[in-house]
Amino acid sequence: MADLIRSIAGHYNYWMFVILMMTGLFIVVSRGNLIKKIAGLNIFQTSVFLFYISMGKVTGGTAPVNTGRAGEVYSNPLPHVLILTAIVVGIATTAVGLALAVRIKESYGSIEEDVIEDMHRTERPA
Amino acid sequence: MIAGATAGFIAKHLPVLVVLVPLMAAPACLITGNRHATWAIATLASWTSFALTVALFIRVAGQGPLSYSLGGWAAPFGIEYRADALNAFILPLIAGIASFALPYARGSIGRDVEPRQQNLFYSALLLCLAGLLGVTITGDVFNIFVFLEISSLASYVLVAAGGGRDRRAFKAAFDYLIMGTIGASFFVIGIGFLYMATGTLNIADLAHRLATAPADRTVRMAYGFILVGIGLKLAMMPLHQWLPNAYSYAPPAVTAFLAATATKVSLYVLIRFLYTVFGLDDPFEAQTLKLLVMPLGIIGIFAASTVAIFQNDIRRMFAWSSIAQAGYMLTGIALMTPQGLAASLVNIVNHGLTKGALFMAVGMLTLATGTSRLSDLRGIGRTMPWTMAAILAGGLGLIGVPLTAGFISKWALVSAALDAGQWWLAGAVLLSSLLALGYVWRIVETACFGKADETRVIEPVPLAMVIPAWGLLAVSLYAGVQPALIMEGANAAARSLLPHLTGVGG
Amino acid sequence: MTDHIALPLSILIPLIIGLFVHMFGDRPNQRDAVSLIGGIVTFIMVGWLLPEVMAGARPSASLFEMLPNVSLAFRVEPLGLMFALIASGLWVLTTLYAIGYMRANGETDQTRFYLFFAIAISSAIGIAFSANLLTLFIFYEALTLSTYPLVAHKGTDEARKGARTYLVILLGTSICFLLPAIIWTYGATGTLDFEPGGIVRGHLPPAFAPLLLALFAFGIGKAALMPFHRWLPAAMVAPTPVSALLHAVAVVKAGVFTMLKVGVYIFGTDYLAETGASVWLVWLAGFTILAASIIAMTKDDLKARLAYSTVSQLSYVTLGMALAVQSGVMGGAMQIAMHALGKITLFMCAGGIYVATHKTKVSELDGLGRRMPFTFAAFAIGALSIIGIPPTGGAWSKFYLMLATLDAHQQVLLIVLMASSLLNVIYLLSIPARAFFLPEAGTALRGFGTLKEAPLLCVLPPCLTAIGTIVLFFHADRIYWLIALIPTAGGHF
Repeated sequence: MADLIRSIAGHYNYWMFVILMMTGLFIVVSRGNLIKKIAGLNIFQTSVFLFYISMGKVTGGTAPVNTGRAGEVYSNPLPHVLILTAIVVGIATTAVGLALAVRIKESYGSIEEDVIEDMHRTERPA
Repeated sequence: MIAGATAGFIAKHLPVLVVLVPLMAAPACLITGNRHATWAIATLASWTSFALTVALFIRVAGQGPLSYSLGGWAAPFGIEYRADALNAFILPLIAGIASFALPYARGSIGRDVEPRQQNLFYSALLLCLAGLLGVTITGDVFNIFVFLEISSLASYVLVAAGGGRDRRAFKAAFDYLIMGTIGASFFVIGIGFLYMATGTLNIADLAHRLATAPADRTVRMAYGFILVGIGLKLAMMPLHQWLPNAYSYAPPAVTAFLAATATKVSLYVLIRFLYTVFGLDDPFEAQTLKLLVMPLGIIGIFAASTVAIFQNDIRRMFAWSSIAQAGYMLTGIALMTPQGLAASLVNIVNHGLTKGALFMAVGMLTLATGTSRLSDLRGIGRTMPWTMAAILAGGLGLIGVPLTAGFISKWALVSAALDAGQWWLAGAVLLSSLLALGYVWRIVETACFGKADETRVIEPVPLAMVIPAWGLLAVSLYAGVQPALIMEGANAAARSLLPHLTGVGG
Repeated sequence: MTDHIALPLSILIPLIIGLFVHMFGDRPNQRDAVSLIGGIVTFIMVGWLLPEVMAGARPSASLFEMLPNVSLAFRVEPLGLMFALIASGLWVLTTLYAIGYMRANGETDQTRFYLFFAIAISSAIGIAFSANLLTLFIFYEALTLSTYPLVAHKGTDEARKGARTYLVILLGTSICFLLPAIIWTYGATGTLDFEPGGIVRGHLPPAFAPLLLALFAFGIGKAALMPFHRWLPAAMVAPTPVSALLHAVAVVKAGVFTMLKVGVYIFGTDYLAETGASVWLVWLAGFTILAASIIAMTKDDLKARLAYSTVSQLSYVTLGMALAVQSGVMGGAMQIAMHALGKITLFMCAGGIYVATHKTKVSELDGLGRRMPFTFAAFAIGALSIIGIPPTGGAWSKFYLMLATLDAHQQVLLIVLMASSLLNVIYLLSIPARAFFLPEAGTALRGFGTLKEAPLLCVLPPCLTAIGTIVLFFHADRIYWLIALIPTAGGHF
């Protein structure tokens, strides 16, 4: 039991990552509102960012700036740099998604998936 | 003198130029604005890019793998572009299809996109092309993610461009975006685990470190996440839901381009990860392939082909057929033999050519009649015999009738299955051809022997569509008659990945 | 490339004719004339090869390599030449007949009909001259696809349904069985060439030989071996010229021809005899012969009866191959020629009857013989040849096949053959007998009125082929010397 708690506590950043990821995925799957879907997708992506950032962190390490002092422990900068790129990609995805939601709203008058599906059913099937 | 210097410069920077040309042309299109000028820029860029990929293929075939350090930073610290027998084989397909799709787009895009927005469309197409080429040539796994997202974001936009004609394209693009982003995120999580386990992102470096260290849980997690993430992108059953709508509602040029390239590049990434990075030495990895991917591939072939038979929309029918074809390629990969891998590579190219031509021909039909519903196209074969002949030729390729490219793919896959002692797989592959016969023949019967609708208005099809469609079809037929080049390329690629195959039972 | 110009020409001319037919689509007279001349020229081309082959030459042509060691290549050998001669020769007569039939019936889409007919003939000659299995397979599929529009010609629901059955069975068996058999052969031997004495010896463990043979036998759906025979009756929805030439001659004979080629040039009769790989096929063929004859007796529809008769007669050839003795191969090869001539006569007569009376049922033909004496006389002679009664050519093929059953020590099969001939007498000869000797039925009497023979072009061709069967009885030696060149090492016991 104690081991289990220690294991959970020791990897708490990963647990956070898992919880956030599941929350995000759940929202994407369960919500019919397109904006909420995008929000869920953002939460999901944020969990990935956290995963990378926590991965590169070294306990007690400083920021990876070369100060010239010998023996200083610093965090791994590479994952942080990578995630900057991923954040940019995430923003772009959100932007495209929102733009699509706007166009959907314009042409269907709704951003609720159920309503849109109903309209599809009444239109001639492709 | 100047020419010599230019040639030297091109030769020196060949790997990066392949990506750079369409990547730089995209903003150029954006700035230029005029739709005729942007079309010219885009076409020129794709043709240049195609010429460069061919040059690269010839060079790799002659001199072996080619490594290029981006910005002069040596691998594994800098990003490496690396062309070997595998990706040099895939690159010409991507750029080549784009070279056909762009002239085709000029004839067809007027229906979907307003004239003043067409420069945006061409930019998106070029970005998509640049992304796909980048995914294929880069030797850095995180760079793969970045390029994959460049191409995906562009393709969401491209699919949505069909919304001008049919608003369902917007919803299709949205669903595609959600699924694609989830897939990409899974992929990037997998890369994170790989980095945790090895501390590197360079493919060659990764392969080296993973081969020397026994696979642990972290590596297996990475394997799982990457498999699912890429599985989504390549529409592996049951992660395929985004594909039928996206292909049905996108503009015809986009469907032809994406169907022939996007899923194929994802398959390339899968092959790259399975065979180069992971190497499949770990029994967990090999068993997953054998017990999960192989069955999913076969289920995909049968389920998707069966669904295709019952579609009323020709484009949707062929979209489902694409899911089935992905199944063939997956089973070849999952055989874990050089022959199986080569068969999948042959299939990637041959199916890319055939399906590209097929979607172009269907696009012509849709443009001329204003519909792609089979029930509205009865007897169309009498009024548009040539277009129907093109669709029939492509369809015969899907069935695998001799002298078509599809026959070569099927031959290679069945040979590989027999070689691996998998009799039942050979049987399943051949049996599934009957399902393809089912959906292709539904079209033929309805179009050629149905009662024609006398009041139907047929609009003329612009030559800009006819020439690329027939050109691509001719290439695919040539690939069926003279398969030597593609087969040798695929064999060389499979052989280059062969060292990693030792120790795998199969 | 080629050492005899007639070889590529005999395959290309029908295609060129197809092109011309398409061009002359709106001028029926020119179009039909082109078809006819094309048929004659093709026949001359094929005939040109005959002296060479008889002299021992084997003209060949090679286009390009498709797989390592396998090219798209042609090679004229005796069996193939015989098949090509029959197909192209009867094409001339059928074209003549088709002109009369199609016009008399006022069929639509005649241009499409002649176009695909020409393509089908080209494919059949391609099959005949193939130098290896892959080339043969390509033309085999081309023949299936090019005959599909002919079967579906009428475009009615019934025609489309029949054509669908036709296509699914023929393409399905070829893809599911024939293709893996070819790939297996290629994987095991590294070649697909037709070689005298076969190519599998030493590469294929005898235990697997029956399995490979089964893949071939069922894969060659055009040979209509039970249980894959359903396509043949289904194809009877086609116009009669199609049934006559394609489903009595070109398509079905392409099937049994392939069967013989596989037996002689892929396995080799010696190999089959030594391993006993084909014993099961002997019995299946025997079963098909009897079962199809019995089904034929129950059919009242004339074309359906003839179709089942064809199913039965085709298995004679398969049987000849499966017996794995020289007399069997000779009998099989001869059966290809004799049955072709006999059955095309019957079909053309059936078509003539339809043109004149629009009757399709056997039971409606009572007394018609006196009004259409030429048609029914030709029918009777054709039937005699199918049954194998002298003085018709069919007698020789039956003779050799019966000899083969004794050579192979399969006496039971001798009884099967005799029983089948008896059944043939009942279901084939009864038709002209009723037509000549029964009184005209009461209801039909009024309908017949001033009824007389069908147009000349529908009567002349069957009379010619009927005379042909008699000529072949007296000049069977011509065929004998040709097919005696087929290399079967084993043989006389």
